[in-house]
Formats: sequence, structure tokens, C-alpha cells
Amino acid sequence: MTILLIAEHDNHELKGATFPTLTAARQISQAGGGDVHVLIAGHDARAVADAAAQLPGVTKVLLADAPQLGEGLAENVEATVLTIASAYGHIVLPATAYGKNVAPRIAARLDVAQLSDITAVVDANTFERPIYAGAAIATVQSADPVKVVTVRGTAFDPSPASGAQATVETIDAAADVGAVRFVGRELTKLDRPELTSATIVVSGGRGLGSGENYQRVLEPLADRLGAALGASRAAVDAGFAPNDSQVGQTGKIVAPQLYVAVGISGAIQHLAGMKDSKVIVAINKDPEAPIFSVADYGLSADLFEAVPALVASLG
Amino acid sequence: MKILVPVKRVVDYNVKVRVKSDGSGVDIANVKMSMNPFDEIAIEEAVRLKEAGVATEIVAVSCGVTQSQETLRTALAIGADRAILVDTAVELQPLAVAKILKALVEREQPQLVILGKQAIDDDANQTGQMLAALTSLPQATFASKVTVDGERVTVMREVDGGAETLSLSFPAVVTTDLRLNEPRYVTLPNIMKAKKKPLETLTPEALGVDVTPRLKTLKVAEPPQRHAGVLVPDVATLVDKLKNEAKVLS
Repeated sequence: MTILLIAEHDNHELKGATFPTLTAARQISQAGGGDVHVLIAGHDARAVADAAAQLPGVTKVLLADAPQLGEGLAENVEATVLTIASAYGHIVLPATAYGKNVAPRIAARLDVAQLSDITAVVDANTFERPIYAGAAIATVQSADPVKVVTVRGTAFDPSPASGAQATVETIDAAADVGAVRFVGRELTKLDRPELTSATIVVSGGRGLGSGENYQRVLEPLADRLGAALGASRAAVDAGFAPNDSQVGQTGKIVAPQLYVAVGISGAIQHLAGMKDSKVIVAINKDPEAPIFSVADYGLSADLFEAVPALVASLG
Repeated sequence: MKILVPVKRVVDYNVKVRVKSDGSGVDIANVKMSMNPFDEIAIEEAVRLKEAGVATEIVAVSCGVTQSQETLRTALAIGADRAILVDTAVELQPLAVAKILKALVEREQPQLVILGKQAIDDDANQTGQMLAALTSLPQATFASKVTVDGERVTVMREVDGGAETLSLSFPAVVTTDLRLNEPRYVTLPNIMKAKKKPLETLTPEALGVDVTPRLKTLKVAEPPQRHAGVLVPDVATLVDKLKNEAKVLS
């Protein structure tokens, strides 16, 4: 049976999460899952479909282009997917806010279970996924005829465009479901790399004391390193940093080359979001902070002195 | 309006769970259980809507073992009016719970169903969306603000990169994100009052729902452990180690 990857995009370009999801889909394909097709559901999204056609291992791109698909509303995406779902053995989405919103609807309508946030493909029916905030890894097997799967992006390497050329086929969008109306969107302006795809992340916690300190202390370091800025839940709840910068079980899951935790104690909830980083550095004045138990390099010092000194010594 | 709030009994979020040595699961015998934190936020939001004069009745529902009664009593103490326990010893997966909730939505006819966005044990983040799909109701997941105005509910939801706002007609399904509200503490007088509130017990069979698990857990393992790190004495040593030992900086 064929694999359907539902791509995340903004009608102009593919979102970063689509690329590691494709890697997972190709692993399922190699494990006997069949060809990989990509669905672009959007509005004025032809360019996205053309870009998807160049991805490695993709044999066909389906483009559903209609105004009611423009904002990615779960109800309308689900209805369109259901019109083609019977041809597929796997339906794969990124485990982002978009994928998490849509995937369970498709699974429920197909009367199959869903596998959330997989971190490894064991075979075409068996997957690994973290449970209990990453405190345990479950190996789970599905006996359902269709496997609906969301993929944790940081667990798979992104597939780069390969210059391949799959065919793009246009399909009809399902009619607008109504009942829900898109009102608006406020995006946080970012001059930095995106958190989930950055190779270096600098994160701040409650130890910073204020939003002003968060910016004053962390921004020069992030600028010097070309890093994305993250935050603990405590820092977000205290209003130091925007919501979407939260790293943790209930925020973003990151796995950069280097993660610098500044003034973060290291609650289980936070560790669940960053403990797969290659190298972890912790700067915290409390030598007993749990963050030091996962940090490769710990510096027990006052962050207000240590971080500027770090920026200075990086030149 | 009537609001239905599903709540789940889970291992308390402060407990560090241990994987059983035979790999069959995590050891939850004798550990502290509590209401899933996102569900507390859901109940709190429903109670606030009642206090604002929008809601008239709040029905809390839990599916699972008999001890889930305790979780329902907590919901009643926060301010739910009555509770329903769907009692079963079978391992319930999100699809089964969504089907039970669908049967209850048909029976109770709530205008709004508020669920937590995910349970902190299975971390699935599926039930609310599945319920919305099965009942053909509109959904607003990961809500950080809920405003009811007349015939519609406006929900601000947390998405990657910021927030978006949706407007839904009733009935609707909403799932809560962390920043929707801060749940109140349960007071002793309210705990006493909650003991007198009605708690009805049903079974999946009585509701005509097949709850057979679809997914089989083959094994549960410890995640790979990080090797012990080192404490460095100063910034210069840190920079040196990052450049020359870890080679993550150039």
C-alpha cells in the first residue's frame, strides 16, 4: 500500500517539519510500505506542490487547491484527505501544531488508532514513541488497515531537495465544512533561526528575573552564536518570553547540536523538550539544580556575570 | 448552556516514573495519581464560564478504573455540578475514549465540550480531535483564550510561530493549552460539598461502545541515558571545552 504524506506549508513554501517527516515516510517505504505520495492542501499553493515534487523518494504530488483550504483548518483538510484515504496504507504528518490538529480527525473517521510523535520506525506496522514526558520509550504495533502516524521532527534527519521530478496531479477539495471560521493570525516576528530547526539554541529560565533581562542577557549570546532563543515554561508563564519559545513537553521539542540552558533548573517537563540535544551546557548558580544531571558542561555561576563573559570570550 | 468536561486520572506530574524491568510498562503501583493538569484547566475554564453566567451546568466525565471516582470528586470540588464515571478495567486508548464521549455527547447534548490538549501519561494529544471528528463538531485545539459571544465561541489557539483565532458555532469542542487559565485550589468545604454531588456510573457496554485496544505495546524501555557531564570552573574553560573537546563551536 502507498504512503500519503500530508505536507505542512504556508501556501508559499514547505515548512521545515515536512522534511524530517519525509525521511520517516521513506523509512516506512523501505520497510515495505510502498511508494510515497505527498498531499498539498492549500490555496494558491501550486509553487509548494512543485517544490514537493523535487523531494527525494516522492513519486507523486497531489494538489488540492481551494479557498477553504487556505488557512489549514482541520475540518476542511480532514474532509479532503478522506476523499483519497482509501488508496493508502499509511497517512503520515509532522507532529507539529498543524499535524496534531488534523491527524486524529482522519484516524477517527477511518476508525483506526493513531500513533503520535513517533521517534523511530521499527517496521511498517511498528514504531517507537516516547511516553510520560520522555521518561519511557514504548514500542507500539498497529493492527489497523491504515496507520495514521505523526512524526517527531527532531528524531529524523531532514531530507534535502534532490532535483527529482515527481508528477503533480490536481485533486478536488472537499466542500467547506462551515461551522468554523478563521478570524486571524498573529505571528511572533523572528529575526533568528526557527527554534525546532536551529543548530544552536540558547534558552532562559526564571533565573533571568525579568523580560528585560531575558533580552539583555541572552540576545547578545544568541546573536554571537547564530542561535534560536528558547525559554522554560517558568520564563514564559512569568511573561519574560513569548509562548511559542517554550521548550518542553507542552511546548517545542528541540534537538540541536548545542543547547545552552541559562537560569533553568531543569524540571522533568523541560528536560522532555531538550534532552536529545547533542551537547548541553548549563549555567546556573545553584550547583544542585537538576539541569546539571543532563548537562555535558555545567558552570555553577551567576548568569549575569557568566553570560556576558561568555559573549566576550567568544569574540 | 451545558458544558461537558472529560477528565483523566494519571500519574501525578511530579512523580518520576520507572520502567518495569521486564519491559512490560511503567510501574504505577503505589504511585500518587492526580487529575491530568490540562483537564484541571478545562474544568477551571468551565467553572469560570458558569461564574460569568454563560454556562448553566457542568458535567464532568471520566473513563477508566473505579478509582477515577476520586478524580471526578476533585472536578466536583472545583465546581462541576455532577459527574459520570464510565467504569472499565480495559486499557482505554484515545479512539475508545472518543467513542465513549461521543455516546455521552449524544445523551447529554452539551453545547461545549472542553478537554485537555493531552494527557501527561500517553502524551497522545488525540482525544478531543477524535471526538470532534466522530460527532462532526467544529474543533479549536490548544486554546489560550475562550470567549463566548451569543451564538458563537471565539478561541485563540497556540500554534507554531504565534497564535491564531477561530470562531466556532455551537456545539463545539475545545482543547485547553497551559496558558488558558490558572486552576484554583480546592478548598476543604468544597471537598465536603463535592461528596454530596451526584456521581453516576456507566459501562462502555451500556453505552454500546467497543473499547478493544487497537494498538499493542510490545515493549517499554528506558530512554538512552546521557553520560555524566563535568562542572567547569570558569567561562574560559567552558569555551575551550566547547571548541576543542565537543567541537560544537568554531
